[in-house]
Amino acid sequence: MTQFVQRDLSEEVVIQLKGMHKWYGEFHVLKDINLAVKQGERIVVCGPSGSGKSTMIRCINRLEEHQQGQIIVNGTELTSDVKNIEEVRREVGMCFQHFNLFPHLTILENLTLAPMWVRKIPKAEAQATAMHYLERVKIPDQANKYPGQLSGGQQQRVAIARSLCMKPKIMLFDEPTSALDPEMIAEVLDVMVGLAEEGMTMICVTHEMGFARKVADRVIFMDAGQVIEENNPQDFFDNPENERTKLFLSQILGH
Amino acid sequence: MSELNKINAPAKPPFWRDPEKRALAFQIVFLAIVLYVGYSLVNNTMTNLASQGIASGFGFLSTNTGFAIAETLIEYNESSTYFRSFLVGLLNTILVSVIGIFFATILGFTMGIARLSNNWLISRLAAIYVDTLRNIPLLLQLFFWYFAVLRPLPNPKDAIELGTNLFLTNRGLFAPKPIYESGFVWVFMGLVLAIIATVILFKWARKRQEATGQLFPVYRTALALLVGLPLVAAAFTGFPLAWDLPVLKGFNFRGGMSLTPEFSSLVFALSIYTSSFIAEIVRSGILAVDRGQTEAAFALGIKPAWTTRLVIVPQALRVIIPPLTSQYLNLTKNSSLAAAIAYPDLVAVFAGTALNQVGQAVEIMGMTLAVYLFLSLTISFFMNWYNSKMALVER
Amino acid sequence: MTEQNYAVGRHPDLPPPTNSVGVVYWIRSSFFSSPMNVLLTFFSLFLVWQVVPPFLNWAIFSADWFGDDRSACSREGACWVFIRVWYEQLIYGRFPDDQIWRINLSYILAIAAAAPLFFDAVSRQIKTALVLFLLVAFPVICFYLFYGGSFGLEVVETSVWGGLFLTLVIAVTGIVMSLPLGILLALGRRSDMPVVKSFCVVFIEFWRGIPLITVLFMASVMFPLFVPEEMSPDKLVRALIGVALFSSAYMAEVVRGGLQAIPKGQYEAAAALGLNFWKSTALIILPQALKMVIPGIVNTFIGLFKDTTLVLIIGLFDLLGMAQLASTNPDWLGFAIEGYVFAALGFFVFCFSMSRYSQHLERVLDTGHRN
Repeated sequence: MTQFVQRDLSEEVVIQLKGMHKWYGEFHVLKDINLAVKQGERIVVCGPSGSGKSTMIRCINRLEEHQQGQIIVNGTELTSDVKNIEEVRREVGMCFQHFNLFPHLTILENLTLAPMWVRKIPKAEAQATAMHYLERVKIPDQANKYPGQLSGGQQQRVAIARSLCMKPKIMLFDEPTSALDPEMIAEVLDVMVGLAEEGMTMICVTHEMGFARKVADRVIFMDAGQVIEENNPQDFFDNPENERTKLFLSQILGH
Repeated sequence: MSELNKINAPAKPPFWRDPEKRALAFQIVFLAIVLYVGYSLVNNTMTNLASQGIASGFGFLSTNTGFAIAETLIEYNESSTYFRSFLVGLLNTILVSVIGIFFATILGFTMGIARLSNNWLISRLAAIYVDTLRNIPLLLQLFFWYFAVLRPLPNPKDAIELGTNLFLTNRGLFAPKPIYESGFVWVFMGLVLAIIATVILFKWARKRQEATGQLFPVYRTALALLVGLPLVAAAFTGFPLAWDLPVLKGFNFRGGMSLTPEFSSLVFALSIYTSSFIAEIVRSGILAVDRGQTEAAFALGIKPAWTTRLVIVPQALRVIIPPLTSQYLNLTKNSSLAAAIAYPDLVAVFAGTALNQVGQAVEIMGMTLAVYLFLSLTISFFMNWYNSKMALVER
Repeated sequence: MTEQNYAVGRHPDLPPPTNSVGVVYWIRSSFFSSPMNVLLTFFSLFLVWQVVPPFLNWAIFSADWFGDDRSACSREGACWVFIRVWYEQLIYGRFPDDQIWRINLSYILAIAAAAPLFFDAVSRQIKTALVLFLLVAFPVICFYLFYGGSFGLEVVETSVWGGLFLTLVIAVTGIVMSLPLGILLALGRRSDMPVVKSFCVVFIEFWRGIPLITVLFMASVMFPLFVPEEMSPDKLVRALIGVALFSSAYMAEVVRGGLQAIPKGQYEAAAALGLNFWKSTALIILPQALKMVIPGIVNTFIGLFKDTTLVLIIGLFDLLGMAQLASTNPDWLGFAIEGYVFAALGFFVFCFSMSRYSQHLERVLDTGHRN
């Protein structure tokens, strides 16, 4: 087993969660979340379902709102100010479990929609960028097809390319491979590994522990809305400290 | 080895167990029954018609009707032919249907969107509107508008005046009628020019956006053009519009233009009733778009207003348009309720008055039904065509 | 806020901050979240203020509730005396007063037979038996109850049937007759036999493409032409036949939707078990298809219920027709609104409860068919 080597990361903190609490009505879904993510860092968040991990990353690009505490992304604090929200969302890309491609547009149109309308990029340039990223995710030949004609793995790769076309500084992944058939998981993980190696800051909610071991700088375990344990992958998997972490790992790695 | 040679094609079953033959026999019997029933219907009809002395054929269409029609879009008087009365009824049906469809769509979309509002009061009021109007029969609503609202209005002598020169009476709504003077053609040209300019503007703005990425305020400019150009033309020609004012003479108003209570109540009832169904269609269309679509668009940084326009509306329209055209067809068929309040639509004039006079039920009902069937089939074809064209492409 | 440190994993559940939950928050976010929203809120409040108090005043507070004739109406508000006086006609039409018990008996029978269907505790055999009773035996019983002529009951001609009673007769007969016909048409439309299929398609598209008013006109004017002179059935029967044929086309489309939604595997499984077409249809396919489209059937019934008002055009007086008749009576001119409100209330209560029930059914039955 190779020793985990701590990479040299820049000191710039791009995402900061301070004392963040969230409620759904009366239900206290996120309790006192504190997190600081540095530029270029790769974080994997795992935990049982209902632990709030998806909710937490959805708060980072304000798809969900927090009621207490602070979230600061790229120096902008997330409040109900619309302008702030749009600034943040431009720089933070997100991939969803169910891909959420726009079914009425071709793949190419899916990729060029946001750059043209949000960053006001001319069509030719947007299309060139789109083709570049489609080649990155290895499906340039599908550019003029519709999402309904692609397999799940291809759709998720298109979704990643779509986020990348906005040239974000941070990528959030919300269980990107959970809805895929097993034989397609590898192709998506390969793309994500490639992204990581290019220095993208990523927060990834996933059950793919192999991916975590290979790529993560930190693994965070959440349960019942709280951060239970946080460590580098090697120590996390080999020497979990908390009882709950041990229980979770035994369930997920057992089979 | 020799046994293989003895294997022949499977024996054909006797014809009463052969599915193909049975199907054929069944269809022959079925056809025979249908033809027999059809034949006896026709036979009975001809016998009964003969014994009542009713003529056959379409010759009656060129004879004079001898009756007047209260509202017509084309020239008509007592000495016009039955065919002309058919046209008058048909045009009235089309008029009421088109205007009804127009208002029903606007009202329906407004209420459907209001139903989805975050504002509790607005969405509740819209829900009450929809649930109440959907569950009360159209005929009852028509009677309400006609007998309870419009007919009890005062006589022309005591007319209610709204603003200036707008009179509400039990003979109808009277308003000033615009008279187009000679210079008006320039104003009209201004409008035509504005429309052409708007189309060019949209095309140009799109090209510009694709080339440079910059957005141009097309909607505001288009509005300015459509309002401003005709206005400028009007100013230059000295506002060439005169008004024929409705003036009380004797028992009624003369001049101006009028909307009869029959026409108005039919339009009100049809529009409002159909709008409640359209509201539900619009609401379920918008709800049918997966929430993930909005989230993905937001995550890409697209503003809510543009998300609605670029992502939600195209997908919602796909779901909305088929049942919407169904409702349009229903509205057109429901316009036949005009017979209950004596508005001269196709059924009331032709299958009502004309039928009573001529007695040739088969020809007259045949023509009337043919019109409605033609409309239904056309709309069905359109819907099928639309569905196949707009279906989301899948593997 | 005081800094509290909890052991890892032991953070307690705290209540949300007061400004983000509760009534005040709801009011703020729902009504006052943006300038446009504030405007809309005030506009709606204004609308409600203009409409509701005057209506309540007219309908309840200034209304006349007690009295026996026209003189009891002070005309300050609604005169519900009008309804009291005409109540019997509105509900039973012009059925002879001493025979009304026959109608009431049928209502009681219907409720007694239908009520157990709503309770889960009742066994399936009993429920099926009740449904069969309602669909087959009950209509026959009703015919003898309403028309009379046998079992010592005096004849009541259909021309005096009216009011809510007539509405129910037409609507229920329409649905009961259109259900088997609609099923046959739907099966025929999906058939492989070209003659049968074309006939069904033409039949369905014809009846769906024409307005109900023309159907009623045809029923009253043309029907006597179609049959030999001796066989002229009375007006109500003609209308019922027209309504049944009209409704069967819509029912056919509803059933067809259900048949199309049955996965192909069901047809294959039935065939694999050796069931022929009729057996597999009756035992496997139809039960599933019908269960799936019960909401659609209820919606068709609601539509039919509202459409029965059109019989007014051919001289039959259902609930709306009686209200119209009552308000044009020379002694009671000018009370049209009270009549319409009462009729509207009647229709609304029936239709709204049925549509709520249909939505409830859709939710309950949805769990059975996860494709």
